Amino acid sequence: MKRRNFTKFATGLGLAASLMGSAAFAQDDTVRIALVVKALGIGFFEAAAEGAQEAAAELGNVEIIYTGPTDTTAEGQIEVINSLIAQRVDAIAVSANDTDALVPALRRAMDRGITVISWDSGVAPEGRQLHLNPSSNPLIGNMIIKLAADQLPDGGQVALLSATTTSTNQNIWIEEMMKVMDQYPDIEVVSTVYGDDLADKSYREATGLMQTYPDLSAIIAPTSVGIVAAARAVEDAGKVGQVNVTGLGLPSEMAGAIESGASQSFAIWNPIDLGYSAAYLSYMLATDQAEAGPGAEIPMGRMGTLTLDDNSEGAMADPFVYDASNIEEFKDIF
Amino acid sequence: MSTTRTIPDRLQSPLQRNLKSWETLLLLVAVGIFILNSFASPYFLDPWNLSDATFNFTEKAMIAFAMALLIISGEIDLSVASIIALASTAMGFAVQMGFGTPALVMVGLGVGLVCGAFNGVLVTRFGLPSIVVTIGTMSLFRGISYIVLGDQAFRGYPIDFAFFGQGYVWWIISFELALFGVLAVIFGVLLHKTNFGRAVYAIGNNPVAAAFSGIRVARVKFILFLLTGLMSGVAAICLTSRLGSTRPSIAMGWELEIVTMVVLGGVSILGGAGTIPGVVLAAFIMGLVTFGLGLLNVPGIVMSIVIGALLISVIALPRLWEKWKTR
Repeated sequence: MKRRNFTKFATGLGLAASLMGSAAFAQDDTVRIALVVKALGIGFFEAAAEGAQEAAAELGNVEIIYTGPTDTTAEGQIEVINSLIAQRVDAIAVSANDTDALVPALRRAMDRGITVISWDSGVAPEGRQLHLNPSSNPLIGNMIIKLAADQLPDGGQVALLSATTTSTNQNIWIEEMMKVMDQYPDIEVVSTVYGDDLADKSYREATGLMQTYPDLSAIIAPTSVGIVAAARAVEDAGKVGQVNVTGLGLPSEMAGAIESGASQSFAIWNPIDLGYSAAYLSYMLATDQAEAGPGAEIPMGRMGTLTLDDNSEGAMADPFVYDASNIEEFKDIF
Repeated sequence: MSTTRTIPDRLQSPLQRNLKSWETLLLLVAVGIFILNSFASPYFLDPWNLSDATFNFTEKAMIAFAMALLIISGEIDLSVASIIALASTAMGFAVQMGFGTPALVMVGLGVGLVCGAFNGVLVTRFGLPSIVVTIGTMSLFRGISYIVLGDQAFRGYPIDFAFFGQGYVWWIISFELALFGVLAVIFGVLLHKTNFGRAVYAIGNNPVAAAFSGIRVARVKFILFLLTGLMSGVAAICLTSRLGSTRPSIAMGWELEIVTMVVLGGVSILGGAGTIPGVVLAAFIMGLVTFGLGLLNVPGIVMSIVIGALLISVIALPRLWEKWKTR
């Protein structure tokens, strides 16, 4: 039963032969920017890709490569990044599935002269040149009270419906909101309740707020679960037009509340703007028109300028406001 | 008066058999894909790019070698990806305890062996079907990782630990690729040149007959589960080193990719047939296809479709051909 198999030898030979001939690469001056997302087929990222295309059209000689793995795994993203390194793209802008696991692959990309930034979901500082946050805590704190106050020219009582008492994000946003309350002397924050990011508990807490404070004019819920539950509580209590629900929510979940009038407006990041800014920043860095580093200020087209902090992170803009005028457009996106 | 009848030593000449073998078919497919890729993308024929591309399959192939033996013997292990997760978690834990690289390697291999032994005992001692046992341990092993880590990650691996997944032995030959080659030879010799290998085939073809011929069936199977666990531990070391961190979702879904690789390599899923060179070629084919399509920025879901179509066609076409010929 001797088996002389030449196959393995032949494979090796074929591989070796191919390694000798290195193809010549066509060099043109198109800047190729890869927008790597957590997974393909997610509305939020499709919208970001649309924004990136907008930036490409504005900048001219830019090609956007919109790519990502099938499921949200770090290994899948690393394979994608490896193939982008192989294609010698000019820039990689990634929304990471894993803060740390992508670092070795992205460092290799930077070693080979590729601009690397992260956006939306960040990479550890050693694995990227800058990170683009959709917004910042002060901007969010400012926005949620502004949304409520804009509907109350004569002032009034507002209440907060948060997630849990220990939710870091919500606590910081509420703290930031309290810092700017002196700009709104006629607005009184009467209470803060916690719905624990559970639909039924949030609903009960919102109902309780309306019973305890009959003159309540607005409920601010800086959580996507709470805001939907609060809007339904207002509808069920027949207080549409009297109590305005606002805060942070997803357009797809809030479309009904906008339609019924339980919510006049709410905010969340705009994926189109995010993709636009990510592509614009990548272009600026890849073409050496800007340099990333603590304190750097980098232009990003119609979105203004990104200012980097000590970790080379920056906030894009105020959260984007959604109301009756644009909810139809965004409710199918995310 | 006596008539002499000659019984041929072989029904076909070695050359004929080689030409008709599964490995030849796979080799042709591999060469075909290679040529297609070099035309499709100007970036394909670059030594470093091809070297990077090998990372797509080296870790999976290491497990596929052991899995091939296991499947030839008529068993299967679907918990391999979860063993990676558990071994990686244990290594991350060891890092927190302040252990150095040699200890980490021992932990990775040790956890792999223990997991393999656990599967092996359940299958050989208690006579449970391996597909049921390993579907169970698939959830069990990864479940432990989730309990330990939750949504956290272990990081801070020592710098010299990075060599296993990111280091190069010589020029473009990464440590993983070299290890892949060495393991291919070891497993090839083990399966094709040793008594143990013959026993594996015998068990896969007819376990009862094998037992009656004096083969200790349960012991051979137990060793195969141990080997599969051990190789999962090796893969866990390489992957963890390459990622530089551990999350419980590490290597999610790899078990099916590994089984695909083994089956594409010509190993009969019913047991009893298959070769290591076939698995080596299948590993290269899967690596080349995913890398080639990646260079063209083909979305991952289309890639899965292509791999699926490739698997079905490579397996179905020769059979259809046989049917058509004998009609």
